[in-house]
Amino acid sequence: MEMVIAIAVGVMFASGIWLILRPRTFQLIIGLMLMSYAVNIFIFAMGRLWVDKPPITPLPDIDPAQFADPLPQGLVLTAIVIGFATTALYLVMMIGARGLTGSDHVDGEEPRE
Amino acid sequence: MSPLPWLQHLIVVPVLLPLLVGALLIPVNQKRHTLKFAFSLASGVLLWAVAVALLLMADGEHWPDGIGVYLAANWAAPFGIVLMVDRLAALMLVLTATIALAVMVFSAQRWDRVGVNFHSLFQFLLMGLNGAFLTNDLFNLFVFFEVMLAASYGLVLHGYNLRRIQAGMQYVAVNLVASLLFLIGVALIYAAAGTLNIADLATRVATLGPQDAWLLRIGAVVLALAFLTKGAMWPLGFWLPTTYASASAPVGAMLVLMTKVGVYAVLRVWLAVFGEGGADGAGALAGFGFAALTVGGMATVLFGAIGMLASEDGGRMAGYGAIVSSGTLLAAIGHGGDGVLASGLYYLLGSTLAMAAFMLLIELAERIRPPGAALIAITMEAFAIEDKPEDPVGVGIPGTLAFLGLSFAACALVISGMPPLAGFVAKFSLFHAMLASAATTPGGVPASTWLLIALIVLAGLAAIIALMRLGVRIFWASGAVTPPRLQVSEAAPVSALVLLCVLLTLQAGAVFDYLARTVAGLSRSADYSARVLGEPPVLRAPAGESLR
Repeated sequence: MEMVIAIAVGVMFASGIWLILRPRTFQLIIGLMLMSYAVNIFIFAMGRLWVDKPPITPLPDIDPAQFADPLPQGLVLTAIVIGFATTALYLVMMIGARGLTGSDHVDGEEPRE
Repeated sequence: MSPLPWLQHLIVVPVLLPLLVGALLIPVNQKRHTLKFAFSLASGVLLWAVAVALLLMADGEHWPDGIGVYLAANWAAPFGIVLMVDRLAALMLVLTATIALAVMVFSAQRWDRVGVNFHSLFQFLLMGLNGAFLTNDLFNLFVFFEVMLAASYGLVLHGYNLRRIQAGMQYVAVNLVASLLFLIGVALIYAAAGTLNIADLATRVATLGPQDAWLLRIGAVVLALAFLTKGAMWPLGFWLPTTYASASAPVGAMLVLMTKVGVYAVLRVWLAVFGEGGADGAGALAGFGFAALTVGGMATVLFGAIGMLASEDGGRMAGYGAIVSSGTLLAAIGHGGDGVLASGLYYLLGSTLAMAAFMLLIELAERIRPPGAALIAITMEAFAIEDKPEDPVGVGIPGTLAFLGLSFAACALVISGMPPLAGFVAKFSLFHAMLASAATTPGGVPASTWLLIALIVLAGLAAIIALMRLGVRIFWASGAVTPPRLQVSEAAPVSALVLLCVLLTLQAGAVFDYLARTVAGLSRSADYSARVLGEPPVLRAPAGESLR
């Protein structure tokens, strides 16, 4: 399972990097989204990967090794919300830029030939 | 235990107050800008008072070790989020509130009306800045960074025109990527150390196994990339000059402050975690990364100096000036030593105040040249604002050219570090501390220190050449000079900031005493960890027992 997650994160992040280096805003935003998915899964995996383990401890006398770490799950929720909001904000800016400049190039103008 | 004394709640006020005021102002109609401004200004004044009170409390006997700890939601560290104010945090709060007040008054004349929700965004920006200075938790730091950045995205675009859109697109994209790096760094540090509380991290770092120590190193480097992107270290700071040059003047002045947040975060995390002041030191990780900060800082100074010489307009020049000052600070942090750090912080105060004044001043001075007015008309049109700001009311001040010229000269002196103002005192004491710290080590002064000193002198020279050229072009070579009409509300903030620079010079002794105490507190990270982790939560009276 670790291998699958690692490869998935790596492939997504690499695709994201390639996309954010492209000149069009659409490619840029898809790249940013892919990277943020990769980062979210990465944070999640940093609490170690567990199957079928509850994250919340019911009683004081327990063995912590039998429970998943709840903190990264909390972190990733916050990260998802913030990432979603900033991406949405960027999308609005993109639309504004497209309307004002008439170009979807990240520089706001078509490259001169 | 008795309930929490109310004074303790002052620590959380710099975060809560702007949040509430900002939220309150959103539903208020844009046309009632006087009301909005009044609320915003009241919040600014209160914030300033709270910041000064916190500074006095941190510097007095109020808290042991001068560190005030606030347990959010009453969870003991390291389980809950901890807000922490020490002398450094309090100093940054006062600096933020001072510049914010000046900027607010400045923007009342015109800038808060060229777009919507200026004051709300401004309050949220303050919330993010204050939170970033106060928090003691890495993930919470991320959250406050995002609050600050989200507000700054809006503010950079404030007064929406083509140039701002083009610069803003790049600014936002760079910062979104930096935020992702921040998250990766935080996740790696959590995986390695199992905590995100900086004080807790500082105690655990020495006990990590070799494998976890490597993970922590990688995490810290990725995290530093995010901080240094904000702090504009070469080669992560290419976004900065364009953004500064295109942002409106009040926003530019706040951006100057935002680059310092990156530097502050590096200083805070690095000194606590990798500094050598812990109980048993940082173990094998002590001193990790400081050399890289020195080298990066030097490269940044060089890049900024060349950029200053090459830039044509004032905004861009100010951007490169901010890069030079970031670089100098980073190099000072990398060099280490109490004296060097204290001088670095003094330099931070002087250069930030002067740079903020300079950003505001540039906008006023540009009005000498005719095209200044056209720009505003375009932005108004693009944003479809019906009510043009009425013709400036209030008293125009006489001798505008003399005022502009004098303020410009004062800013230039501080930025370039020429005597007699604060910039010179800062650089002189920086060199003195560097040479003095080298004098005790065998082998004399290392070549890297000489190189750093040479670079800083060179940057000062570049700054004075560039600023002189700009001054000559604005004041003398613009043909028929028509003295612009200035309003008191625009001139007063600039002169207040400049006067603060002068005051900083006159009171250099007192300021340096304070900074020495600040740095002494910073370098005793064991005390700091003990203070934060030892803060007891408030115990509630059991249910049924009446409240006293």
